[in-house]
Amino acid sequence: MSNSERRLEFRNYFQDNLGKRMVTDKIVKIIVISCVVIAIIPLGSILADVVRMGIEIISFEFLTALPGAAGSGDGGIANSIQGTFIMIGMTSVIGIPIGVLSGIYVSEYANSRVGKMIRFFNDVMMQFPSIVFGIFAFLFIVLVLGKFNLWAGAVALSLIMFPIIARTTEEALKLIPDTYREAGHALGLPKAVVTVKILLSAAKGGIITGIMLAVARIAGETAPLIMTILGSKGWFRGTETAMDALPLTIWRLSLLPYDEAVMFGWGAALVLITILLALNMSVRYLVLHRKGGSGSLGMFMRITGGKK
Amino acid sequence: MEMSALDVLNAMKNDEQPSTKRNEPEKEIPNDMTNDGKYKVLIENLAVSYNGKKAIKDINMKIPDKAVTALIGPSGCGKTTLLRTINRMHDLTKGAEVTGKIIIDGENVYDSHINPILQRRKIGMVFQKPNPFPTMSIWDNVAAGLKLNGVKDKGILNEIVEDSLKMAYLWDEVKDELKKPAVALSGGQQQRLCIARALAIQPEVLLMDEPASALDPIASQKIEQTIIELKKHYTIIIVTHNMQQALRVSDRTGFMYLGDMIEYDKTETVFKNPKKELTSNYVQGRFG
Repeated sequence: MSNSERRLEFRNYFQDNLGKRMVTDKIVKIIVISCVVIAIIPLGSILADVVRMGIEIISFEFLTALPGAAGSGDGGIANSIQGTFIMIGMTSVIGIPIGVLSGIYVSEYANSRVGKMIRFFNDVMMQFPSIVFGIFAFLFIVLVLGKFNLWAGAVALSLIMFPIIARTTEEALKLIPDTYREAGHALGLPKAVVTVKILLSAAKGGIITGIMLAVARIAGETAPLIMTILGSKGWFRGTETAMDALPLTIWRLSLLPYDEAVMFGWGAALVLITILLALNMSVRYLVLHRKGGSGSLGMFMRITGGKK
Repeated sequence: MEMSALDVLNAMKNDEQPSTKRNEPEKEIPNDMTNDGKYKVLIENLAVSYNGKKAIKDINMKIPDKAVTALIGPSGCGKTTLLRTINRMHDLTKGAEVTGKIIIDGENVYDSHINPILQRRKIGMVFQKPNPFPTMSIWDNVAAGLKLNGVKDKGILNEIVEDSLKMAYLWDEVKDELKKPAVALSGGQQQRLCIARALAIQPEVLLMDEPASALDPIASQKIEQTIIELKKHYTIIIVTHNMQQALRVSDRTGFMYLGDMIEYDKTETVFKNPKKELTSNYVQGRFG
C-alpha cells in the first residue's frame, strides 16, 4: 500500500471518531461546570446567611459600644473589633518579617538541599492544627509569665502566619525570570541589592497576596486565642492582660442560649468578614495600583495628593 | 567647585578598586594578528565546564580596544559561555567551572583578590532578550546601576541618564516620558534602553549577547548603528547568529565550533579569505 493511501485511511479514521470526540468534549464541560457550582454553593450560602442575619443587628452602637449584659441585646462588640486589629498588627510585626525573609532565603540563598528541608518543615507547619500553636504559646509564654497576654497570642498566630508567607514569597520570587537577576548583577550590584530593590519589587504582587491570605487566616483563628488572650469585656489595657477578639466573641456568643447573643454573633461574623475584605482590597490598591514613585513615601504622597 | 558626573564616577571607582595591578609579561598568543592598536582584553587558556562537561576549551584571544569583536558559530558552540566569562557571570551558575585567565588592563579577572561585583561595574552587559526592570520607569531603569550603588545626587543622575540615552540613540524618542514604565516601550526601544542602562555605569567594556536577535529588521538596524557609534568609546564584544550583522558592525571576528575557537582574525579575512575550511563552509552558509 502506498503512503498516500495509508494517509487517506488515517484521515478517514479521524473523521469517523469525530462524533465521539464531540460528545466527550460536551460531557467534560458539563462535569467541570457542575463541580464549580457545587464548590460555590456552600460559600455562597454561608456568605448570604452571614449578611442576612448580621445586617439586622449592626448599628452605630453595635460597632462602638462595649458589650452589655449577656443576652440583654444591649451594647456592642467594639472591644472585639479593637482586639482583632491589635492582634493582626502584633502578629504581622512578628510574622511578616520572618515569613518574607525566610522566603527570600529559600528562593535566593539556600542551596537546594537546605532549601528543600526548610520548605518541607514549612509545609508540615502549615498542616498543624492551630490549637497546637495555642498550646505551645500557653506552655512557654502564658504559664511562664503567669498571666494571659497579647504577645502569647501574637506568637501563636505568627507561627500560623509565617509558613504561609514564606511559601508564597518563595513562589513569587521563583516566578521572576533569571534574566532580571543577571541584569542586576551585570550592573555591579551586590546580591542583597538585587534581591531587595529589583526582585522584591517585581514580586510584590505575589508577596502581598501571600500576606493577605495569611492575615485572613489568622484573623479568623479562635483556638490559639482561647489559650493565650482568653477574652474580656473591656477595652485594651496593655499587652500584659487578657483581651477580646472577633473570633473569640463569635465562638462565645454562639454557645449562649439567648437569641440576642446569637444575633450578636452573626453581627460579629459580618464585621469580621467586612474588615478582611476592606483590608485586602485597600492593601492591594495601595501597593499595586499606584503609578510611578517608589517606596512607601511615594505611595503616601500619592494618596495624599502631594507631588514627589 | 563643580564636579562633572564623570569625575565623580572615576573617584568612585578609584576608591573602591584596590590598585594592586600586576604587570604580567606579554605572552605570545598563538592566534595573534597584526597589532594595529592597544588590546583591552586578553583571554589565555580559558576553559569552562558545566558539571564536568566541557563547554569551551582552551581559548586564547587578544581583543582590541575601542573596536567591535564579533563571536559567531552555530548554536551550542560556546559563544555565549565565552562572553559570560568576561564579567564573571558564571559565578552565579551552579556547576560552572572556569579555568584560565582573562586579563583586563593587566589584571586577571579571576584573581582571588578581585571582587566580581566591583569588576562588573567596569563591564556593561546587554542580554539577548530586552530585560528592563519591570517595576521601574525609563529614568529609573537607566539610573538603576548608579542609584542602587549609592549615587544620590539628582543633578549627576539626570546628566548621566540623558547622556546614556543619547549614546543609545533613544533620547529623542523618550525624553518627554522618562517617568513612564519601561515595559511600555516597544521591543527595540527596550533593548536600546538596556544598552543605555549598561552604559550608565560608565563601563570600559560592553558585552552584547545577540542583542538584536529578538528584534525586527528596522529595530536591529538601529541597534547596529548604535554599536558602530559606541565603538569610538568602548571595547565591544558581541555574540551574533547573524553573519551579515557581524560583517557590518565588527572589526574582528572569532568563529567558534564545538567549544573551540576555530579562527579569529580581522572580520574581512574571516569572511572573505578564511584560512580554515570549516570557517569557509560556515560563513558561506553550508552548515550551521
